[in-house]
Amino acid sequence: MLAIIRTALRAIRRNILRSFLTMLGIIVGISAVIVGVSMGAGARAEVEKQIASMGNNLVIIFSGNMSRGGVRGGFGMSGTLTERDYESLRRDVPGVTGVSPEVRTTVQVAAGNQNTSVSVTGVSADYIDIRAFKFQAGENFTQLDVQTANKVCLIGKTTAATLFGEGVNPVGEVIRMKNVPFTILGWLASKGANAFGSDQDDVILMPYTSAMKRLSGDTKFRSFSLQVASPEVLPDATNEIASVLRQMHQITDGKEEDFSIRTQQEMSEFATASNRVMTILISAFAGISLVVGGIGIMNIMLVSVTERTREIGIRLAVGARARDVLRQFLLEAVLLSAVGGLLGIACGYWLAPLLTKFAGFPTLISQSSVILAFTVSAIIGVVFGFFPALKAANLDPIEALRYE
Amino acid sequence: MDPIIKLENFRRTYRNGSLEVQAVRGVSLNIFPGEFVAIMGASGSGKSTMMNTIGCLDRPTEGLYLLDGVDIGKLNRDELADLRNRKLGFVFQGFNLLSRTSALENVELPMLYSRPPISAGEQRARAMKALEMVGLAQRADHKPNQLSGGQQQRVAIARALVNQPRVLLADEPTGNLDSRTSVEVMGVFQSLNDQGITVVMVTHELDIASFSKRKVVMRDGLVRSDDQVVDRSFSADALARLDAEQKAVHLA
Ligand SMILES: Nc1ncnc2c1ncn2[C@@H]1O[C@H](COP(=O)(O)OP(=O)(O)O)[C@@H](O)[C@H]1O
Ligand SMILES: [Mg+2]
Repeated sequence: MLAIIRTALRAIRRNILRSFLTMLGIIVGISAVIVGVSMGAGARAEVEKQIASMGNNLVIIFSGNMSRGGVRGGFGMSGTLTERDYESLRRDVPGVTGVSPEVRTTVQVAAGNQNTSVSVTGVSADYIDIRAFKFQAGENFTQLDVQTANKVCLIGKTTAATLFGEGVNPVGEVIRMKNVPFTILGWLASKGANAFGSDQDDVILMPYTSAMKRLSGDTKFRSFSLQVASPEVLPDATNEIASVLRQMHQITDGKEEDFSIRTQQEMSEFATASNRVMTILISAFAGISLVVGGIGIMNIMLVSVTERTREIGIRLAVGARARDVLRQFLLEAVLLSAVGGLLGIACGYWLAPLLTKFAGFPTLISQSSVILAFTVSAIIGVVFGFFPALKAANLDPIEALRYE
Repeated sequence: MDPIIKLENFRRTYRNGSLEVQAVRGVSLNIFPGEFVAIMGASGSGKSTMMNTIGCLDRPTEGLYLLDGVDIGKLNRDELADLRNRKLGFVFQGFNLLSRTSALENVELPMLYSRPPISAGEQRARAMKALEMVGLAQRADHKPNQLSGGQQQRVAIARALVNQPRVLLADEPTGNLDSRTSVEVMGVFQSLNDQGITVVMVTHELDIASFSKRKVVMRDGLVRSDDQVVDRSFSADALARLDAEQKAVHLA
């Protein structure tokens, strides 16, 4: 066996340039596999982090029906969700640990001589926990602030930096929106971008009552964020929410709902689906170059068998059986493609971080993708090396010996 | 004593489409252990065809071939390969060594395919011993292109000997060698034959055949004559005579 490996290595070394050119297809294909899989895994890890940054066991209820083609059937407008819905969700759905209505309006905000346009979200005091916000400084507003529509707010890192400068603690400052002065109670810790790319730190949060009465004039909510105790109670809670809201909105059986319920899992699946497309494209590219690489190996092995016909004849004459010759050439093909695979893996290790650095794609090389890539390259050697090896093994010894 | 090689009404017909060539047309021949046979005949008389079958590289179209009592016609490809490996040693006109491979590794080649497998250390030792027998031990790590024709042929002989075969087969072993080297190779054959190895050799040179013990002449695929060699040459004498001639040339 050792002697066979030695012979195969020698045959590869003898034509080192030709061997390398032959491996090129495999090298490209395998590095594409490594990079592609690492991009997929990197994107997934990123999405999971972002989804997790939204909070735990989250259910979002949107006003309007999103399953009916027209997403805008109510979504984002004044909304169909009411204060009474809010009360009954808090009261009637078991397993709920927090509920917050959400109203959103974009306003001009000024502090001193700085001003900027910002998205204000009106929420309940539960919202901070539901959406896993943390405070860099200061604290949350209270239930009392909600009841009195108090002129207080919480400010995100990006907004604070715009108004007060990078890293300056804004707690206690007063900012003006629509000429109403709001006192900043809390400075939110950074959360980064969400799964859909928007900056979760460019926000102002305030009691929903304050936002509705003092800024937007809305009387209905566009959505609720709701947290349940654990993933296990999620399905039951979702059903219960639907039935409570149908009842509240007097929607009889068979009628379409005027709200939509999305769980965190569903959002995560949606986000991964979009980068699955990219993964599929890269896999297709990898597959094509692997097939091309395999054909290259087959071609070069056929050339090698022809060139070494006499050698095969000698081996057969001194007692090599067909399977000995088959094994020798198969091993040579596998060695070619496996070495190509290893070089491809090395290339992938080198390329993936570059991709992150220069194109900003998150990448994550997993051990399993390396094992997969290596196995695939070895299998390619077997598959595409088999026909030439069989040709070598079936040579007639007399004719092979006579071959010039 | 039973013959080691027994051909009975052996025929070999090549078919290329509708074209038929009867290369050997019915040969019966017994060769006994310890013989040194030269097969002679004009080009195309069927010598190589017969040697290929004797060497288990080919099978009879008709008739019987028994090697050491085993009917070759009944064996499959792998069984033939196994017989070649264990019982036969080949020496070819064109040496047929693996280029870019050392003499030692060339000699080890048949042992790669031996069963049960032979350990690397033993392969090395046996290959060295075979090279010693042909007087090339000190050239073990030379590549074929670093050796003269006679030396290459001696490496090939060492390779043929390394598995201790019953029969050494040589198809025009001196065809590519000058007369002096040819005599040297005959010397190797004679000494191997003295040690008990059966030698069967194809040649069309009468003086080369005279180193053998028995001369079989073929023509048109048939055996024409089959005689003991009467005035046998010995390589030591022949070499001495060549040296003397050379000296005479130098003096003149
Ligand atoms: N593979 C083959 N196909 C067809 N004819 C062949 C083949 N090998 C040999 N022959 C023919 O068989 C005859 C005997 O050839 P061969 O045994 O090589 O003779 P020799 O070795 O005595 O010169 C020749 O006529 C040759 O042309
Ligand atoms: Mg011939």
